[in-house]
Amino acid sequence: MHNHPVYTDNDPQTEYSTLNLGPTHPATHGVFQNVLQMDGERIVSGVSTIGYIHRAFEKIAEHRPYYQITPLTDRLNYCSSPINNMGWHMTVEKLLGITMPKRVDYMRVIIMELARITDHIVCNSILGVDTGALTGFTYMMQYREAVYEIYEEICGSRLTTNIGRIGGFERNFNKIAFDKIRNFLKIFHVGLKEFESLFNRNRIFVDRTRGVAEVTAEAALSYSWTGPILRATGVDYDVRAMEPYSSYEDFDFEIPVGDNGDVYARFLVRNEEMWQSMRIIEQALTKLEKEPSDIFHADVPAFYLPPKEEVYNNMEALIYHFKIVMGEVETPTAEVYHAVEGANGELGFYLINDGGRSPYRLHFRRPSFINYQMYAPMSQGMLLSDAIINMSSLNVIAGELDA
Amino acid sequence: MGKIANEVLIKKLADKFPGQITESNQDYGLLSVETSREQITGVLSYLKTDSELKFTFLTDITSVHYPEQEKQIGVIYHLHSLTTNTRIRVKVFLSADDVHIPTATTLWDGANWMERETFDFYGVIFDGHPDLRRILNVDDMTVFPMRKEFPLEDPNRIDKKDYFFGR
Repeated sequence: MHNHPVYTDNDPQTEYSTLNLGPTHPATHGVFQNVLQMDGERIVSGVSTIGYIHRAFEKIAEHRPYYQITPLTDRLNYCSSPINNMGWHMTVEKLLGITMPKRVDYMRVIIMELARITDHIVCNSILGVDTGALTGFTYMMQYREAVYEIYEEICGSRLTTNIGRIGGFERNFNKIAFDKIRNFLKIFHVGLKEFESLFNRNRIFVDRTRGVAEVTAEAALSYSWTGPILRATGVDYDVRAMEPYSSYEDFDFEIPVGDNGDVYARFLVRNEEMWQSMRIIEQALTKLEKEPSDIFHADVPAFYLPPKEEVYNNMEALIYHFKIVMGEVETPTAEVYHAVEGANGELGFYLINDGGRSPYRLHFRRPSFINYQMYAPMSQGMLLSDAIINMSSLNVIAGELDA
Repeated sequence: MGKIANEVLIKKLADKFPGQITESNQDYGLLSVETSREQITGVLSYLKTDSELKFTFLTDITSVHYPEQEKQIGVIYHLHSLTTNTRIRVKVFLSADDVHIPTATTLWDGANWMERETFDFYGVIFDGHPDLRRILNVDDMTVFPMRKEFPLEDPNRIDKKDYFFGR
């Protein structure tokens, strides 16, 4: 056996090699293509290609009545669909000038925070998988399952939820749903603590993530970053605190920030956000007890579908049902921008309405799309293995990236 | 610092760019102003760098098409001042046969993909953009699909026409 030459990191290479990372690569968790110029293990430059699952949602939305656009928003960030659904409902309610009863706001807050938890569970446990620790992932998935069972109890579906309606919820939360929420809080307190003790001070994990893909606050703001990855750089911008929607101003919670914006800081920020989400849900459950327990939608008969048995037995309900389904309801000619804090950052809905049954123009400000554009520039000079965990900690969701 | 009142914003912009800024609406408290493409770079950089306004955060760039207008294509910028928590919307309208506008990538790195998306769907050409290619659609597409002349469904289909519903 003769010795094979071993290249070290500092050896000059005579030529760069091209690596097609994706479109379907097991390490990227989604349809992402990056054509990388590699100098050994190090990335010299990269070009991202996106759009593989572009489904023209903005165009489709121009031909659909408002309530049929909710299922489209499901398929943006499908790890936290309820936030997208409710962001859209609140946009339309803002356009129509509907104010929600407090109880509906609190119910929405519970669902949105549960969705944020599931999204962060997926992101952080997958980050563990990408650094070689599968254990955390297998444990955390059961908590996501617990949240999906709550969704199932409330709206009947799990992933693409289509939860809630314009004007409130389609039905009240039943006792089983509340029991499941309380039970989830109880088990997840234990589970998240366990997860943190597996990772936060784990030598291998910290060595693997600390100092990887550091981003300054200036660069992050110049690239219009939002969400946990922006907060990991030290900027405390959170839509829930800056422009409270759905009565977030009634809640007491903190916005965690990181120090240097590296993968480890993003991991810690997301973990802390899950604790804060649980805090919010606990407060919401307490607040709900003081509200009348039979209110689950606003009193807006012209926009909220009446119950089916009333449609058959009540003339007014039948008229409203017909008007809503046929799009005969007057809507104001106006433009509205509404932003919610999605799991990945500021999810904005820019809606131009001309008074018709469907939007004249609807634009989604998708945080994944805007966050991802820094990926290729920031990968320069990075090791390939670091670029992989950088991608999973950006938590780019292909559905939201490509719309 | 508190939110900047829309009146203050309008006045500051009108003083700085006399006759170049028109208010388009204040729907739901968010001020929309309209300007020309000759002024847009100046307006954006003034909004970004002014020591009181500090609209340092580019939220979004997008576009809209009004086929019945003389200037059909609108380019819409959403800016956010994180220090004062104020948002502003800036619009520029362009005629369909001359859809050139200066790029905003000189002010924000994040404008890059937003402008590529706008180009991809509306054909707006951002002069000075470092890499103006299609982004979500396939490269050999020849049209700009979000323009209103492209219907989503088969135009010969009549079962969804409004007159069936008494409109």
